[in-house]
Amino acid sequence: PPAHSHNDWIGPPDKHSNLRPVIFYVPPEESPLERRLREARQEAQACNQRFWARHNCAFQQEKEEFIYSRLKAKGLEMRDGTGQKATLNAEEMAEFYKDFLSKNFRKHMQYNRDWYKRNFTITFLMGQVALARALRWLRWKKKNVE
Amino acid sequence: GLFVWRLKGAGTRHIPCHLVHLCRAANHRLITFQYFNFLKRMYVTQCNKDLSQRAKPKSDPVVSPFHELQQLDQEKKVIHKISPVSPVHHPRPETSGRNELGEGKSPAESEASATAARAEPREDRQWKEMKLRLDELPGILARLSKIKLTALVVSTASAGFAMAPVPFDLPCFLLASLGTGLASCAANSINQFFEVPFDSNMNRTKNRPLVRGQISPLLAVCFAASCGVPGIALLTLGVNPLTGALGAFNIFLYTCCYTPMKRMSIANTWVGAVVGAIPPVMGWTAATGSLDAGALLLGGILYSWQFPHFNALSWGLREDYSRGGYCMMSVTHPGLCRRVALRHCLALIGLSVVAPVLDVTTWTFPLISLPINLYISYLGFRFYRDADRSSSRKLFFCSLWHLPMLLLVMFTCKKSVLDKEDKGDLLGKGESRGRAMEIRLP
Repeated sequence: PPAHSHNDWIGPPDKHSNLRPVIFYVPPEESPLERRLREARQEAQACNQRFWARHNCAFQQEKEEFIYSRLKAKGLEMRDGTGQKATLNAEEMAEFYKDFLSKNFRKHMQYNRDWYKRNFTITFLMGQVALARALRWLRWKKKNVE
Repeated sequence: GLFVWRLKGAGTRHIPCHLVHLCRAANHRLITFQYFNFLKRMYVTQCNKDLSQRAKPKSDPVVSPFHELQQLDQEKKVIHKISPVSPVHHPRPETSGRNELGEGKSPAESEASATAARAEPREDRQWKEMKLRLDELPGILARLSKIKLTALVVSTASAGFAMAPVPFDLPCFLLASLGTGLASCAANSINQFFEVPFDSNMNRTKNRPLVRGQISPLLAVCFAASCGVPGIALLTLGVNPLTGALGAFNIFLYTCCYTPMKRMSIANTWVGAVVGAIPPVMGWTAATGSLDAGALLLGGILYSWQFPHFNALSWGLREDYSRGGYCMMSVTHPGLCRRVALRHCLALIGLSVVAPVLDVTTWTFPLISLPINLYISYLGFRFYRDADRSSSRKLFFCSLWHLPMLLLVMFTCKKSVLDKEDKGDLLGKGESRGRAMEIRLP
């Protein structure tokens, strides 16, 4: 992101977490409230990134292991004669999906609570910052008029 | 726990499945657009029963995201090109320190950018400034409020209004439609606000405005409030308090019950079905001012419809749901998923029979709707038995045209207000049947 920009910049989705990273702009006269907002957003971003990267990688890994073990049980190799990757059909995969979902249920519950709390806090802080900025601008306007 | 809802005209209300289902119809955007178009025609020209919309060529919804990306890419290219030119132009009054830095950097930057642009062009171009562009705002808000889904919700509410046994009141109709539309926009925006990290991870939803950072969460909430409050106020004051209360309840049900429940329990599907059933009930209460059996019947039909529609759709999305942590029947209780879908296809037949009993339609309605109801039940049975991708897709696509057809037939078989007054009169009954026949002829 260019150095002269006054805004945050958002990037392409991360390979592992599918979340888009944000580079936050730090204004020179950042008020304590604005700093709290920025830090909350950075923390939420880091937390989300950690969770989803780990979760998605675990999913991929467990999926591969499942496919491998099932193929082995059937007596097949990972790649067949033509070099194509062997896959299981949807019904066999469904067992894995069900299993994976129930295994991670508690983890998701915890993450949900966390995410909702963070989301509300950040949005509320955004509201406060917007209000503070609006008041500041009105005061500046009034001063200029006088 | 497992919930079994019996639908024979019970007091359950169904929210337009579209609220739920079109949200999930990521890969079927083309079809939903066609569906929307079809519905548009249905409610604009009631007599036209032309169903040959499948041949429509690929249109905007599929093209526009790519268009947007291309436009943004072009913008980025322009930004890169501007930097070599800036020393020549008068520097804009920014903070002096920054300006010097900018100026000093720009010649070197332009050279660096020229070479680096080739090295990492794609990476750089994908970084977007998080600034709200006013010219993009309408498109962003349309996507935030799931405008196509909202349009379908409004259509089902209009169907409810049209089926009510009162003379048609245009101002009331328009107010009710507008209020319902605003309420739906608000609910959809809040839903997207809650689901940002989950949407990022699912293929269907990863291009939503909040996910892409095109709009801030604060703005999304403000937009939702500025749609929801006037919408409900419009319904309460401009139509009647009952409709307003239903609208407010529906927003609450969708945002505070259905959305969190999606990640907690499979019961979310039933709640979502109620969300889908409420708009037609709202349409009916807007027209009549009271919650009659007919309103509940219409709600019941939409409630039942939700299940074959959604369960069939979710069958193909099991991987995304599992990874995203969504508790859906298709993942955790596949047998139940198919049983419920079939059960509700059959319930639709039953509800169609109840319609004339409640004086909503004439007896021609269950007869004419029987073929399409039987067909969807047959596909539901195939889905139940085969449980594979092709049967789920067939059932899903059938549900897309089944609902508009059913509502259209229902409207043409609507029992006229005059007929109701001389119900015992044989001549009246003959007339109504004749009238229905006339309307059916193309």
